[in-house]
Amino acid sequence: MLKRLIVPYQFVITVRLGIKSLLLHKLRSSLTMLGIIFGVCSVIAMLAIGEGASYEAQEAIKKLGSNNILIRSLKPPEQARQQGMGGPRGMQLKYGLTYADSGRLMTTIPGVVRLLPMRIIRENVRFAQNEVPCQVIGTLPFYPEVGGAEVVRGRFLAPMDEQHQENVCVITTGLARRLFPIQDPLEHSVRIDTFYYRVIGIIQERSQPEQRTQAGKMEGQPLDNNVYIPLSTSRTRFGEILIRRSAGSFEAEEVQLHQITVQMRDTAAVETADPQIKTLLGRFHDQNDYEIIVPLQLLRQAEQTKRIFSIVLGSIAAISLLVGGIGIMNIMLATVTERTREIGIRRALGAKRSDITLQFLVETVVLSVGGGLIGVMVGILVPILVSSLTTMKTIVTPWSVLLAFSISGAVGIIFGLYPAKAAAKLDPIEALRHE
Amino acid sequence: MPMQAQAGQPAPVPPPPPGDNSIIRLERIEKTYFLGGENIVRALAGVDLSIEEGSFVAIMGPSGSGKSTMLNILGCLDRPTAGRYWLGGEDVSRMSDDELSEARGRRIGFIFQSYNLIAQLTVIENIQVPLFYRGVDLKATYDRCVELARLVGLGDRLHHRPTQLSGGQQQRVAVARSLVNDPLMILADEPTGNLDSRTGAEVLDLISRLNEAGKTIILVTHDDKVAARAHRVVRMKDGLVDQDIDQLPPAARSGGNGRGASC
Repeated sequence: MLKRLIVPYQFVITVRLGIKSLLLHKLRSSLTMLGIIFGVCSVIAMLAIGEGASYEAQEAIKKLGSNNILIRSLKPPEQARQQGMGGPRGMQLKYGLTYADSGRLMTTIPGVVRLLPMRIIRENVRFAQNEVPCQVIGTLPFYPEVGGAEVVRGRFLAPMDEQHQENVCVITTGLARRLFPIQDPLEHSVRIDTFYYRVIGIIQERSQPEQRTQAGKMEGQPLDNNVYIPLSTSRTRFGEILIRRSAGSFEAEEVQLHQITVQMRDTAAVETADPQIKTLLGRFHDQNDYEIIVPLQLLRQAEQTKRIFSIVLGSIAAISLLVGGIGIMNIMLATVTERTREIGIRRALGAKRSDITLQFLVETVVLSVGGGLIGVMVGILVPILVSSLTTMKTIVTPWSVLLAFSISGAVGIIFGLYPAKAAAKLDPIEALRHE
Repeated sequence: MPMQAQAGQPAPVPPPPPGDNSIIRLERIEKTYFLGGENIVRALAGVDLSIEEGSFVAIMGPSGSGKSTMLNILGCLDRPTAGRYWLGGEDVSRMSDDELSEARGRRIGFIFQSYNLIAQLTVIENIQVPLFYRGVDLKATYDRCVELARLVGLGDRLHHRPTQLSGGQQQRVAVARSLVNDPLMILADEPTGNLDSRTGAEVLDLISRLNEAGKTIILVTHDDKVAARAHRVVRMKDGLVDQDIDQLPPAARSGGNGRGASC
């Protein structure tokens, strides 16, 4: 057997013989192959879909910046809220991050480069007949560097705007398209609530615009309708108390800052700062009215999730390969019985047991590797089809193709060994007498 | 028709002295089948037989006489329970399974009653099978295989499948296949059993011609007419050689075949 494995010429003949024998039963062979094709195809396709899904999640997290820690104001849990509502009329709800928090973070936490406070107010923005619901974000001039936005036209807010509480604003590209279908937005004024703000620049958020609009369509409200104004302007124009009117009642809440992005020196500083921030804020907030988001941790979690996801998908696919392998074994056992006579003839003509083993093993491997090859091709096509028909992103990694293909080869050897051994074990006399 | 009958002389034939030209020597070969429990069948009960190179021997006997077991032992398909079997100077009875396979491939050419060609292979490929298992370069020996196919009269059907051939043609492919490794002997098991009398006679003629060219032929049959072509008839009974008769070949036949086979 070894000799025939080493001599390529002999091996080629054995392989050719295997193919010939398989072609004798085309339907049977192709049905058997189908099991492996599905198995290999599902391994590749599932891993590609899993990889694509986690890629999207990771990209989203990366957008937040791995050196950043995000602290967001949260409306306190239901209990506290009801307490506020149940109080005397006009009682307002006070929660969230404060300017004092911001100052404390800056002075206490080591490794902080800078803090970016944000006030986020939902208001309609108007220009001429156009009215678009927006997030009006009061922030500081260095927002683009921390938040990862790119100034497309004009400029972002300047320190002077902040100092003078100017009525200027910067709008996102998406909003610019909606508010100013024809005109150039620069130097026009938009109206928010009762005040007018001069548009001084247009920025592009870091995320892909197509994706955002798609996500927006689903929610009925585009996500990238943002208007940036100086923080000081936001404080004076909107005040600290935000009143939301709804049918028959109103709700007042006092939120100083909606979000603070803490930019750290490096990722190591992020690790140490996370518990420190928790302790610091915990000391000054008697209710749980904020959340701390560490993109770095999220990223790790996403990677962990992806790993589990890949393992689960991979095992499902591996099981289908296993089933395919059992199918192959089943057919090969039937083939051995059917070709007992041939085995006897070959043994009489000088074939050793190992020659018979090799012959049937090669046949099984040809079957499984052939199925594997077709499976790889289909497996690469399926994710392409999926991404073109849906918005799902898929990534076919070379290692998944390699993995699936080598598993198919291994399946052939593992499941072919028993029938091949069974064939070799036949007594030549009995085999010749068969039928 | 002169015939040297030795009907009175019982087996065993006295073992020939070493250095004689016998290529097959069976010494007290026994084969016992244990069918479980007390059930024991003694298929061969100590057979002594020696066959010289170039002879044409017919082995006959009723069913149950040990004829088939004898064929299996002679063909190296089975090992005797006791005794020794010398094939071309080698003790086959003590060989391992792999060595037996090799002995079958190199020293014995099989012709079976039901032809036993491999269905998915063509004529020429069927002839090549013994060469393949010997590890011979099939390209280098291709011409020889074609020549063998011509010899048996199938030079124009090299790439036909067995199912596209008649029984006589298939058996002739088997004859060519048995010759391809230039074996010490050709072991034919009822080679004409599945053929009509005319094609059977043709195949038999072919086998006789091979013998005339120097091949040792052992033919297992129960047909007296077939056995009549042999030079020696060994009759088996109850696991022993019952009769061992030398007979001269029919003179008419030897005159009609001047050509001879060149294998």
